[in-house]
Amino acid sequence: MDLNYGAEYEDFRKEVQAFCKEYQGVSFKSDSNVVADTLSGSSTTKKSKKEVTRSEWQQILIEKGYIARAIPKEYGGYGGETDIIKSRIIATEFSKAKVPGGMGGQGIDMLVPTLLEWGSEEQKQKYIRPTLHGEMIWCQGYSEPNAGSDLASLQTKGELIDGNWVINGQKIWTSTAQYSQMMFCLVRTEPQAPKHSGISFILIPMDTPGIEIRPLVDMTLKAGFNEVFFDDVTVPEENIVAKRGEGWSVANSVLGHERGSLADPNATMNRLNTLINMMKEQTIDGRRLIDIPSYRDRLMQVQGKVMASQAHSLRLLSSKINPGQNVKLGGMIQKLVGTELRHELEGLAIDVLGEIGTLYEDSPYLKEDGSFQFTYMYFLGLIIGGGTNQIQKNIISERGLGMPKEPKVTEAS
Amino acid sequence: MFFGLSEEQEQFQDYVKKFLADNVTVDEIRKIANGEDEALAKEIYSGLINLGINALLVPEEHGGLGADLLSAVAVAQGLGSGVGPIPFAGAYVMAPIAINLAGSDEQKAKYLPQIVSNETKFGVGLSEYVAAREDAGIDLSGGKANGKALFVIDGDEADYFLLANKGGVLFLVDAKDKGIEITKLTSVDKTRSYLELNLKNVAAEILPGSESNPEIAKKVLDAGRIIFAADSLGASESMIEKAVSYAKERKQFNRVIGSFQAVKHMCAEMASDLEPCYAMLWQAAHSFDHEPDEARLQACQAKSHISEVAKMVSKKATEVHGGMGFTDLLGLHYWFKRIGLNRQLLGGPELIREEAAEIQGFNQ
Repeated sequence: MDLNYGAEYEDFRKEVQAFCKEYQGVSFKSDSNVVADTLSGSSTTKKSKKEVTRSEWQQILIEKGYIARAIPKEYGGYGGETDIIKSRIIATEFSKAKVPGGMGGQGIDMLVPTLLEWGSEEQKQKYIRPTLHGEMIWCQGYSEPNAGSDLASLQTKGELIDGNWVINGQKIWTSTAQYSQMMFCLVRTEPQAPKHSGISFILIPMDTPGIEIRPLVDMTLKAGFNEVFFDDVTVPEENIVAKRGEGWSVANSVLGHERGSLADPNATMNRLNTLINMMKEQTIDGRRLIDIPSYRDRLMQVQGKVMASQAHSLRLLSSKINPGQNVKLGGMIQKLVGTELRHELEGLAIDVLGEIGTLYEDSPYLKEDGSFQFTYMYFLGLIIGGGTNQIQKNIISERGLGMPKEPKVTEAS
Repeated sequence: MFFGLSEEQEQFQDYVKKFLADNVTVDEIRKIANGEDEALAKEIYSGLINLGINALLVPEEHGGLGADLLSAVAVAQGLGSGVGPIPFAGAYVMAPIAINLAGSDEQKAKYLPQIVSNETKFGVGLSEYVAAREDAGIDLSGGKANGKALFVIDGDEADYFLLANKGGVLFLVDAKDKGIEITKLTSVDKTRSYLELNLKNVAAEILPGSESNPEIAKKVLDAGRIIFAADSLGASESMIEKAVSYAKERKQFNRVIGSFQAVKHMCAEMASDLEPCYAMLWQAAHSFDHEPDEARLQACQAKSHISEVAKMVSKKATEVHGGMGFTDLLGLHYWFKRIGLNRQLLGGPELIREEAAEIQGFNQ
C-alpha cells in the first residue's frame, strides 16, 4: 500500500491548488447551458469575483490541460498524455475548492471519445473542437418508446437514397435536444441483418427539416427530456460513423464512459459534508438534528458507505496505473452502487428535515435551494437511466460472476 | 501509488486459504466444532502457526516479522474465508500490539519472543472496556484484579489473559492463578473459543504504558475491530462464491437456478455491496499504521459497515442455497455464524457508529 503519488504529482497538485485559488468564486454569464450545479457537487450561485462564459471557461481549462488533456491539439484538445493521477488530482482539488469543472454532456463525455476511436479524419476535424469548446452541443438518440432496456431492438429507420440517409422514426428520453446543434443517433439501416448488426451510428444536425422536438418533463419539473420525431430527415451519406451495421459496437465502446461518470465519489462526499453541516445547524425543539440519535445513526451509516466508495475509487485508480492489479468486479458495480448511495444520501437529508424537507422550488423556509428534493428525484432518474440498475445486476452477475444468461424466449405469442 | 495488498500479502493470504482448503473440509470443521477430534484441531492450529501467522505483528527486534496491520488483515481475510478454527485476532494481533505499545522493556523482551515461538498464548478480553454488562467489570487495585471478564476470545489454551478495566488500563493475568475461575461460554460460532473469567485477588501485571496513555487501549481496540471486519469480509467472499457456484449447478424447471434473474440479482447485490469493502478495509488497516489522524474513524466505520454488509451476504447466500443452505449437512451455517459473532465482538454496529460520531464531535 502506498498512497503517495510522488513529488512530480505533488508539484502538480500545488499548481492546481494555485489555479483553484485564483478562480475561487468564478461564475458564469448567462450563455450557460443548463448544467445543474448540484450534480457536480459544486456551487456557483454565490456572488463572484469573476464572470466568464461557459465557453471561455472551457478554453481556460483546456489551455491548462485540466480538461481534454489527452485529446490532440489539432482537434482542439490540450495534446498531452493521458494521466489518470493528474485527472484525479484535478477532480479532487476542484471539488475541494468548489471551483466548477469543465462542461459535461453527451458531446464531450460520449461523442468525442467515440469519434476519436471510430470517426473519420474529416469527422474528427469538423466536430471535436467546437464540441470541446462548448460551441456545439450534442444530444444522444438511442432509446425509443419500444427499445429501452432492449435497446438493440430499435426501429428508427435509415435508408440510403441518392447519397443521403433518409431517416424516419422516433427517439425518446433525449436530454438537451432543445439546446443541441447535433444528435448522434442509432438508426436501423440493415433491416435484413440480425438485430445487433443492423444498426448504424449517424450524426444528425438538429436543424434538418423533418425533425420535431416535443418536451417530456421529468418528475423534478426542472430538468427535462424530449421526444424527437423524424419525418424523412435527410443527411449526407458521410455523416455515418464507422461502417454500416457497426453502430452497436460503436455505441457500446463508449457506454462505459457514461456509466462511470454517473456517480462521482467527490461529489457524493461534498453532499455528505453539506448534509452534516445542515444537521449541525438545523434544530427541532431546540435540539440539533445531529443530536437526535436515530438521525445520527442513519448519518453514520451513510458516511460508512461514502467512505467505502471513496476508498474503492482509489483502488480502481490504482488498478489503472498498476497493470496486473486485478479488480474484477470493481468497475462494473460503480453505476449501481454510486447512484443508489447518492439517492439514499439525499433521501436522508429530506427525512431529517421533515416537513421542511418537502419544500421545493422557491418556497419560504427552503434549505440548500431545495437541492435535496431535486437530487433525490434526479438520482432516481439515474437509477433507471443509463442501463437500469436491474440491467446492471444482470451485467454484474453474467459478466462479473459468470452466471448464465436467461434463456431466450423463442416465440412471443 | 499502489492501493491494495502487496504481492507478498496476497501470497500470504493464498497460503492461508490453500492450507484451509486442503486441510479443513466442512466435515473437519464439524468435528472440531463439536469437540470430537482434538488431535485434528491441534494439527490445523500448528499448521497455520508454521506459516508464521503468530509472528506477523511482533517487531523484528523481538524475533518477529515486524509486519504492519495490513498483513494481518490479509491473513484474517483468509482465515474468515475458510472459517479457520484457530485463535488469531486476540492472540496474535491484539496481544502483541498491546504488549508492544504499552509494555515495559522487560515485558516486551519477555513476552514478544514467546509469541513468536508460540510458547506463550494469550487470550484477550476487552469487553469490560468496550461495553461492560451489569454484572461484569473489573476492579484493579493494589496489583490485584477482582471481578468478571466476559467474552474473552482465543482463550482455550491460553497461558495468559490480556484484560482491561473500564478506564482502558491493560493488564496480564496468569491463567494458572488460583484466583481465576474459567467458564466456557457457548456461542453460535463453534469455530472459536469464548470464555468467562471470574477473578478473585488475581495478580495483575499492568502494561504501564496504558496507564499513562488511554489512547493505547483504543489503538488495540481499533486493531481488533479491523481484524474482525477482515474475517467477516473473507467469510462473505466465500459465501458469495459458494452461492454462485451452487446456483450454476442446481436445476429447477429444467434450468440452472443461476439463470433466473431473482437469483442472479441476489448474487449481484451481494457482490456489489461487498466489493467496496475490500478497499475500505485495506485503507483502515493502512491508516492504522500510517495515518493516525484518520485511523480511529476508519476502524470504526470499517467494522460497522462491513458487519452490515456481511450480515446481508450471510442471509442472501443462504437463501440462494434454498433448503440445503439451512441444513447442517452443507455446513454453510459455519460461515453464517462466524459473521454473526464477528458482528458483535468489540461492539456491534450501532455502538461503534455512535463511537464514530463521537470521534468526529457530532454528539454534544
